[in-house]
Amino acid sequence: MTDRTTTQPPGKVPLVLAGIALIIAIVAPLLVWTYAKTDPTLWGIPFFFWYQFLLVLVSVALTSVAYRLVLGHERRRRAAAGLPSGGDGA
Amino acid sequence: MNDIDPVALTVFLVLFGLVTVLGFLASRWRSVGTLDNLDEWGLGGRGFGTFVAWFLIGGDIYTAYTFIAVPALLYAGNATGFFAVPYTIILYPIIFIFLPRLWSVSHRRRYVTPADFVQGRFDSKSLSLAIAFTGILATLPYIALQLVGIQAVLDVIGLGGGDDAGWFRKDLPLFIAFALLAAYTYSSGLRAPALIAFVKDTLIYLVIIVAVIYLPTQLGGWSNIFDEAGKAFTSFNGDNSDAIAAGDAAPKGLIPGMSTSQWAYASLSLGSALALFMYPHSVTAVLSTKNRNIIRRNAALLPAYSFLLGLLALLGLVAIAAGVKVTNPQLAIPQLFEQEFSPFFAGVALAAIAIGAFVPAAIMSIAAANLWTRNIYKAFINPRATDADETRQSKIASLLVKFGALLFVLALPKEFAINLQLLGGIWILQTLPAIVIGLYTRWLHRYALLAGWAVGMIWGTIAAYNKPTVGKPDSHFGGSVGPLEVFGWQISDNLIYFGVTALVLNLIVAVIVTAVLRTTHISAGTDETQPSDYLADAGDPEVADVLDPIATPRT
Repeated sequence: MTDRTTTQPPGKVPLVLAGIALIIAIVAPLLVWTYAKTDPTLWGIPFFFWYQFLLVLVSVALTSVAYRLVLGHERRRRAAAGLPSGGDGA
Repeated sequence: MNDIDPVALTVFLVLFGLVTVLGFLASRWRSVGTLDNLDEWGLGGRGFGTFVAWFLIGGDIYTAYTFIAVPALLYAGNATGFFAVPYTIILYPIIFIFLPRLWSVSHRRRYVTPADFVQGRFDSKSLSLAIAFTGILATLPYIALQLVGIQAVLDVIGLGGGDDAGWFRKDLPLFIAFALLAAYTYSSGLRAPALIAFVKDTLIYLVIIVAVIYLPTQLGGWSNIFDEAGKAFTSFNGDNSDAIAAGDAAPKGLIPGMSTSQWAYASLSLGSALALFMYPHSVTAVLSTKNRNIIRRNAALLPAYSFLLGLLALLGLVAIAAGVKVTNPQLAIPQLFEQEFSPFFAGVALAAIAIGAFVPAAIMSIAAANLWTRNIYKAFINPRATDADETRQSKIASLLVKFGALLFVLALPKEFAINLQLLGGIWILQTLPAIVIGLYTRWLHRYALLAGWAVGMIWGTIAAYNKPTVGKPDSHFGGSVGPLEVFGWQISDNLIYFGVTALVLNLIVAVIVTAVLRTTHISAGTDETQPSDYLADAGDPEVADVLDPIATPRT
């Protein structure tokens, strides 16, 4: 965020990192054979179920990271292009 | 099931009545203009900020789908039933990636529906018509699922006549509820579901939290619930081993065991996630946000909904542990609430489920109606329609859409209502190549997209039609997954969601036909969008703050 005043277009690194985070969040739940089993249980809940609840939390974390990365990138891109900072002042 | 508890029934009726009154009053809420305008009626004026949008999107997620259809699968021992959780997990990253581009190009070019975008991008009226038609068609069974959910609640609360009643007595409460919904959606438009969403979500969060905390403590904790459900399934499989071997009954289980059903689990999750954001009602919600990054912020916040959805799904197993015995698995959760809660709270809980089915049904029918008016009526039937003509068309179409959904309820098997939603998914997925790939590239030829769409629609519909209900070999539309078999050519034993297979066929055809058409001189049409359109944000030059569905797209 320190280079917000630069007029150079930002690099693609944050977008690539965000893409990796999102792809992990999409692919991990599709690998059913990695979690279609009973053990280890947690408080008597089969692995299959508690693991997927854990995946929800992991997905929140990954998507939030991607949001921060993309938002920073868009601000710099817009500043470089001389555009207003866009919506969502978060 | 027919003995009416007066307290539960009274609470149910009072809450239901309150919501109906709110629906009629909604037309005055935050009103900035007259409702005689499609923008006001169909999009609620679009002044919704993050908070209201969050509630509205919640209305799309906690529906009869989550309260009735998904728990019914787990109650019935269908090991793939929990796929709704990975479905909603992968939904948000997918939204995060694709929808900001759709927001930008729509706000720059004044597109209100995916069919508008396809028209502008590919310059093809026939392709645009195909997209609009598919959106309306796919919405019908999704609304039908909500009606099945309402019917289940009315049955348990004692307003249905039961199986031995005549068809009129049996379905009368459904018709009354349906008429009320139609009336207040008709008069208030999207404001009705938006305002009701506050009441609904408050009720639903209350019910979910009580259900997932209180019920397990009454039944020996989650550990005991999984034990009991596991034992019930094992003993069912033992008692019915002959029928299962003969294919007259499906084996029950907690976890998708064989690799074939694991493929079903993964393909149902992926197919449902790709399908959801192409439904007209999802696009309406997304386009009504104020800027492109609110979509991304919501995508990061929304998984909180998935967590509760998973707990709700597990209520299907809770019902087994609680000894709920119903032949129609859709009744499991309403029956569980009726049995385990005090009559007062049972009334609240059942009202929450019924209202939770109404809100999305209203949103969906309005979105489908807007699609009709804009992309079929105005584009093909009456290009010179006035504002008043369009509003009248949308209102009538929203009624017809609900009647269409009613036909799906009456005509298709209701063993598992989720198949209604999955049938809609098979159809809506066939619009993905034109919409999603179209957001990135124009390489695919407009006629190739049309050919791929046709192949996907036909193959998917035939596959679903040929799938019998377990134990009834002559029945149709009994499921949504099957071994991978394409036009009689057996490829694999793995069970795959028909929607995903149809989409792959669609893409293969689109690519091959594009390659062929590129060698000819058949025009690919003119693209009216520019690369910068896909990155534009609120405040940029020529970006509309509020989209006006009446105005023609800018060229």
